[in-house]
Amino acid sequence: MMTGATLRAITLIVRRSLRQHAVSTLVTAASVALAVGLLMAVFSINAQTYRAFTGGPVGFDAVLGARGSQIQLVLNTVFHLETSPGNIPWSLYESIRRDPRVRLAIPYAVGDNFMGFRIVGTIGDLFSQFQFAPGGRAFDPAKNEAVIGQVVAEKTGLRVGSVFSPFHGVNFDENMRHADEFVVAGVLQTSHSPSDRVIWIPIDGVFHMTGHVLRGTGETYQPRPGEEIPAEHKEVSAVMLKLRNPQAGFMLDQSINRQGRVATLAWPIGLVMAELFDKMGWMYRILQMVAWLIVGVAGATVFAGVYNTIQERRRDFAILRALGARRRTVFSAVVIESAAITALGAAASFLVYGALLAGAAAVIRAQTGVVLDALYFHPALILGPIGAVALGGAVGIVPAIKAYATDVAAHLAPVS
Amino acid sequence: MDILELLELKKSFLSPDACLRPVIDIQRFNLPAGAQTAVMGESGLGKTTLLNLISGILAADAGQILVGGRDMAKLSEAGRDKCRGRSIGYIHQTFNLLQGFSAIENVLLAMAFGRGMDPPRARALLDRVGLRDRLNDRPRQLSSGQQQRVAIARALANQPSLVLADEPTGHLDPANAREALALIREVCAETGAALLLVTHDREILAGFESVVSLAAMNRAMDSAKSA
Repeated sequence: MMTGATLRAITLIVRRSLRQHAVSTLVTAASVALAVGLLMAVFSINAQTYRAFTGGPVGFDAVLGARGSQIQLVLNTVFHLETSPGNIPWSLYESIRRDPRVRLAIPYAVGDNFMGFRIVGTIGDLFSQFQFAPGGRAFDPAKNEAVIGQVVAEKTGLRVGSVFSPFHGVNFDENMRHADEFVVAGVLQTSHSPSDRVIWIPIDGVFHMTGHVLRGTGETYQPRPGEEIPAEHKEVSAVMLKLRNPQAGFMLDQSINRQGRVATLAWPIGLVMAELFDKMGWMYRILQMVAWLIVGVAGATVFAGVYNTIQERRRDFAILRALGARRRTVFSAVVIESAAITALGAAASFLVYGALLAGAAAVIRAQTGVVLDALYFHPALILGPIGAVALGGAVGIVPAIKAYATDVAAHLAPVS
Repeated sequence: MDILELLELKKSFLSPDACLRPVIDIQRFNLPAGAQTAVMGESGLGKTTLLNLISGILAADAGQILVGGRDMAKLSEAGRDKCRGRSIGYIHQTFNLLQGFSAIENVLLAMAFGRGMDPPRARALLDRVGLRDRLNDRPRQLSSGQQQRVAIARALANQPSLVLADEPTGHLDPANAREALALIREVCAETGAALLLVTHDREILAGFESVVSLAAMNRAMDSAKSA
């Protein structure tokens, strides 16, 4: 057992050595900080995005859309990414809305944008899922009014009472401006979900938008202003569904996906997104590998830094031994010094982690509306720094053995 | 009572031509507690080896090294380290101060491996050797004479019963050498520590009442001569 005085001595030796080699200590600690920060960020961001996309505040159980890919359907309707896989007739919406297994059915009609933010035609029942910012309200379905998400308000400057004209298509092209004008009736409070990036307008507003044509019957139909559109001509991009129970989802899945040929039911939404994440897993694994590789390089940097100082310090070790320090004391001092360098890096890694998380969060929020939590806890936030310190101690063992083996008499020259 | 007793002490080294070369072969040597003895010997005769054996830095091939009654030769390396830290002060020719540490830290580190860090005592020791205002100076900020004073304070850090001094004035100018030697002898006398000083400097030897010749006590020298 080491005495308290020996531990104090080791602390003093380590502190002085770190100060004597301040530049290499800082550079090495910085490389550790980058490596551990990156590793923590990869784990944390992946876990948070997975959670947000597979089990976040979606608010619906299933999506009904055109026959095709469930992933594309979910990405388009829930996360407002990708293009629509196609439309389904209004009658299908009416049919599913009346289905006793369905508690709530909200139609979506997409195809326009404002400055890159998607415009979704829907019905007022949707807003039972959201809260309005003060002064806002749901749109009047009979008027050209809109409700906008929080991110839209921040990025475009639209406020309650603002007037805007949609642009055709889901990608912004300033030459594709519609003549129609909409007034902002309300701004939604942030839901930390993709809905923060959406502009909601009455579904009739989409049907009647200048230049839009409907093909609900298979033939082209051009609605005229003020005209009541016959139901057979109407079509929607998708229908968001809240089901009465899980069995309903299973039964609808059987009847729509397995027996039907007209539409696709994406259910449950979280599972569909989980499949997407599984498919994209290779990307995450590559990121992980890169992060681990950088951790390895940082470990090698610590090793090289400590090892290189040993040669010049052998006389110091000999002097310490001559003063009565035991071999294990010298050994411990080197291992602790190595661990201390990584501990400095591990402490600084939280700054790197914070910066990476902030950067990633800004990009993910801008692209998807999903907000990452700065205070989200992932085990990597504990295990990463602890592992780094352990790694630092481990890579210090070889230099420590060199210090341990210092020949005291030979290094206390000259000999008389 | 003897603080140091050497009995049939032997030490050899392997020479570059793979022959075992005896360096130390002492039948008997005693140093009474509190005594001050100088060991005379020319360079290369094994004076440092002798002190390294006594301090336990080197292990003896055979014989006994009794320091305060404890046989250093029978102790494990860790045991010798412990004994050296607690009972022996060692002053080196080149001071052997830790360059990255201040004067007081050099003394405190010696204490850490002996009887425990005692900052007030470390300050008092440095004050005693005339370095009251240089406690926090690094060795390179001190003159050679001042560095040797730090080394003296460090050697006395653990109230040793035996102080070994290896050519302690070898790196000092004559004035500093006289001062340093006087200081070593004074503080050893004050603390009651026995002093065993090795040197080839006849001027220094002249100041000692007790002087022994390494050549006379070392039978290894005879075998070297006959060889």
